[in-house]
Amino acid sequence: MSLPPARPDPGPARASRARWHPLEVLFWLAALACYFVLPSKHLILTEIAILALFALSLDLILGYAGIVSLGHAAFFGFGAYVAGLLAKHQLASEPLAALLLAGLAALLLGFLTSFLVLRGSDLTRIMVTLGVALVLREIANRYAWLTGGADGLQGVSIEPLLGLFRFDMFGRTAHAYTLAVLFVLFLLARRIAHSPFGLSLQAIKGNQLRATAVGIAVNARLISIYSIAAFYAGVAGALLTQTTAFASLDVFSFERSADLLLVLIIGGTGYLYGGLIGALIFKLMQDYLSALTPQYWPFWIGLVLVVIVLVGRDRFSHWTRPLHRLADRLDWRAGQARRATVSERH
Amino acid sequence: MLTILFDGIAYGMLLFVLACGLAVTLGLMNFVNLAHGAFAMAGGYATVILVNNWGVPFFAALPLAFLVAALLGLVLERSLYVHVYRKSHLDQVLFTIGLVFMSVAAVDYVMGSSQVFVRLPPWLQGQFNVLGVGVGRYRLLIILVCGVLTVALQLVLSRTRFGSRLRAAVDDARVARGLGIRVDSVFAITFAVGSGLAGLGGALGTEIVGLDPTFPLKFMIYFLIVVTVGGTSSITGPFLASLLLGIGDVAGKYYVPTLGAFVIYTIMIAVLIVRPQGLFSRGGVR
Repeated sequence: MSLPPARPDPGPARASRARWHPLEVLFWLAALACYFVLPSKHLILTEIAILALFALSLDLILGYAGIVSLGHAAFFGFGAYVAGLLAKHQLASEPLAALLLAGLAALLLGFLTSFLVLRGSDLTRIMVTLGVALVLREIANRYAWLTGGADGLQGVSIEPLLGLFRFDMFGRTAHAYTLAVLFVLFLLARRIAHSPFGLSLQAIKGNQLRATAVGIAVNARLISIYSIAAFYAGVAGALLTQTTAFASLDVFSFERSADLLLVLIIGGTGYLYGGLIGALIFKLMQDYLSALTPQYWPFWIGLVLVVIVLVGRDRFSHWTRPLHRLADRLDWRAGQARRATVSERH
Repeated sequence: MLTILFDGIAYGMLLFVLACGLAVTLGLMNFVNLAHGAFAMAGGYATVILVNNWGVPFFAALPLAFLVAALLGLVLERSLYVHVYRKSHLDQVLFTIGLVFMSVAAVDYVMGSSQVFVRLPPWLQGQFNVLGVGVGRYRLLIILVCGVLTVALQLVLSRTRFGSRLRAAVDDARVARGLGIRVDSVFAITFAVGSGLAGLGGALGTEIVGLDPTFPLKFMIYFLIVVTVGGTSSITGPFLASLLLGIGDVAGKYYVPTLGAFVIYTIMIAVLIVRPQGLFSRGGVR
């Protein structure tokens, strides 16, 4: 037995999942096309892209690692305030560098708080994450000399991107910028999700005890994915600050975390696009409802949540099934691979 | 100093009445009901309407507030909540958050978003001095009412047949079912009474903590702290936790106003890390 242990064959199923699907290409082309086709909608499209990135972050821990969080706004808000402070005090005036720094700051916070979510049941995790977000909100509220307290962080001026592109009032730069960041980070998330690391996370989600038994270092994996998700959320928050030149206590709010869960539930968890599609639907719905009833739209959001749960989350996400079938038909390679696996089994 | 202690105890007692229903439902069905505050809000608004608009005396309005919230709890439990018990914690959280959002917006629509107050009878206002300690009349009333309720609850739980059925169901629902206890109906009654108590707490608390449509959101975290710190296996745990929280919160806001609510959140997280089952619960993992 002198041979080095061979890398296990990932199998056709995994290979086909990791490969780019024609629909995915179409999805991103459509996102790019929106930039040129809908010049009057830059603002809301920017908001959608930020929310999508934020939802992507939650999907990494909820959909892949199975950690329920009701305080994910903690990292979003932290990133938002770090980016705002960096810009306000001219510490890192180049937006892209500031974005990275804000993300890294959130990563550090995520690493430190990840130890809190390792133990306990779903309920404990829900309350701990909620508590962390509340503590951060309280800190931002109390240290008004630094954060502006309840008035929000004012006087933030964002320098031109890369020293070249100004953030104009139509949101053209902001839209292109957020879309680019979203795409790059999505590529990274896709790589993570299809890597052995991502598969081990799904094993942990499936059954923590068995994952330990087959030799997966559960705690280390959870800490890393939680930190990575915090990085994503921090970047999303920083994007919000940079595109609006403002940060307020609202970034930490409980509603933000709760809405985020709704976004992910609408889109479906565990396949990365759920967050993006959910963000699109959620924002359009919110836009429509708040135009209809400016003050009372949370009622309808609440109703949607209640109905989704009563109907059954799994049954609800079946609406994407025809889409999957269509996807299979469009992608002849995936179909062949699946047929091959099926015939192997028989 | 003693005045702060007094105020803290009154606040803590109020929190206990508000939150004890949540402790029982969480312990009994392992159900996360984030919408518990909505029932408290229902009781509070019922009192406001009864007293201010219809001229019902304050003391007659309190039991009515209890009934309104209990009825609401019973109806919602039988019609909606029953479908969610078997689902995952994530589903329960989503469902009850949805209810919270709906209640907040609905009350905002019907009652307006501004804070409302109950018109109290004059002899309940102001405070008097006992040995140099300022005692608010209304706060004294709260302590009396909540104290009587606590003793009554404790007696019901420990002395009556219903109480022993409830305790059996909390300890092990499956075995209790096997012994012929109808856990579902025990739970429905408990849920209704818990909601009713929350409504009563909301009615009493209007004067102290204020009442506006965001009440369920603002106090959700307080309820959760009481339940997590106190544990769900007995009624004394949440009671002690509420007192600690009440005194800690009032004293904290008085002595170190810069830290504010920061202290209690941190304590909650610390307790959850060290003892996920709560400070006062028996050790075992549920």
